[in-house]
Amino acid sequence: MRITIKYFGLIAEVTQCEEETIQFSGHLISEVLEILHSKYTELKNKNFQVAQNQELVFLETRVTGQELALLPPFAGG
Amino acid sequence: MSRYSRHIILSEIGQTGQDKLSNAKVLVVGAGGLGCPILQYLTAAGIGTLGVIDFDVVETSNLQRQVLFGTSSFGKNKAEAAKKRLEDLNNEISIIAYPEKLTYQNALNLFNQYDIIVDGSDNFETRYLVNDACIITNKPLVFGAIYKFEGQVSVFNYQNGPSYRCLFPNPPEKDAVPNCSQVGVLGVLPGIIGSMQANEVLKIILGIGTVLSGKLLCYNALNSQTVVLKITKSEFEIAQVLKEQSDFNNKKLIENCEFEPLEISINDISTLENIQFIDVRELHELPKINGIEITAIPLNELENSLYKIDSKKQKVIFCQSGIRSKQAVSILNQLNINNCFSLKEGVFEIKNIIDKRHCEEGTTEAIFSK
Repeated sequence: MRITIKYFGLIAEVTQCEEETIQFSGHLISEVLEILHSKYTELKNKNFQVAQNQELVFLETRVTGQELALLPPFAGG
Repeated sequence: MSRYSRHIILSEIGQTGQDKLSNAKVLVVGAGGLGCPILQYLTAAGIGTLGVIDFDVVETSNLQRQVLFGTSSFGKNKAEAAKKRLEDLNNEISIIAYPEKLTYQNALNLFNQYDIIVDGSDNFETRYLVNDACIITNKPLVFGAIYKFEGQVSVFNYQNGPSYRCLFPNPPEKDAVPNCSQVGVLGVLPGIIGSMQANEVLKIILGIGTVLSGKLLCYNALNSQTVVLKITKSEFEIAQVLKEQSDFNNKKLIENCEFEPLEISINDISTLENIQFIDVRELHELPKINGIEITAIPLNELENSLYKIDSKKQKVIFCQSGIRSKQAVSILNQLNINNCFSLKEGVFEIKNIIDKRHCEEGTTEAIFSK
């Protein structure tokens, strides 16, 4: 399946784009992250949470939706 | 017409709603980029008791976004400078300034005196402290945070809703996420995010609309996109905080998340007033500084010489090159002695300036004024 991934904050700086679509044949969110980690090695050192169809999910959650988002914490104020 | 007539004529608010606002007590943590618009709108809205806590002082680089301050606030404590401006905006409410750092020791007592806590802080350590203290004192937390052109808003711990730890369980490693002073921030962004936080505060007090609980709003100022993500409550994370609450008062702000010591450039000394210069070099080190009053406290004697430090003054601390002075500021901050600045350039630059202007009689401030 094709999934669209949105990147926020400094994650978008690592990926150099705010959004991309990838081809995915696995099952779990963790498998999507494996693909992204090998594509963007710097991602390993970054903190973020993953949302699927606008809902925060866990690594072991099954990929069901078409849209994922990688969301880092912000500290600034 | 009364001050609040535009509120009162709204059927959703009315006199009853306005009375709720006057009876409310709200504490804002941080009077910076987010704190300024939050405080400004809550003051204008007539929140009866408004507290603001901030240990920091106003600097030139703040004015690009911290809209409560002007050039007359330079060097002044932000909580106190904000109070002064806000009292002019609305003298019918009570504004309480706490010119100190929020710590594990003062947080619970302080939060207990308020109905709602608003987080406008600028570092993870304070954000986790605020979150945990809100869980323990059972106060709703109106959260906002910014990064360059993007912002996040949510309401945590509201009517048994999720907390910040349900979203991000633990603080990131030191330096993993840079702050505004390192990477910059669009000046209007905290205005937008802080105004959204003020809006959430008003909705909570008035009981109207839908509070942004269990959701994280992500705003991007460059493409005007807003995404709202659903957050699931983690009973485990909340239980962990409650389990450790008896130990809360003994916790210390963790070293590796500590605030960066404040540095000042010699050209900005003129923005300070009532300065105490502290030389943390060893007593034998040269050059000696003549012409201005200097308090000499070698770095390794600092903690035993606190009586020499004037709490009412702004401290400019220097050494040979700006390294030991930075350590000195860290040490003093950890002892809750604030208003300390490490001089970036070191002793030679001070000597240059004094030598250049040695013929001018006058105060220290006059020597450093441009």
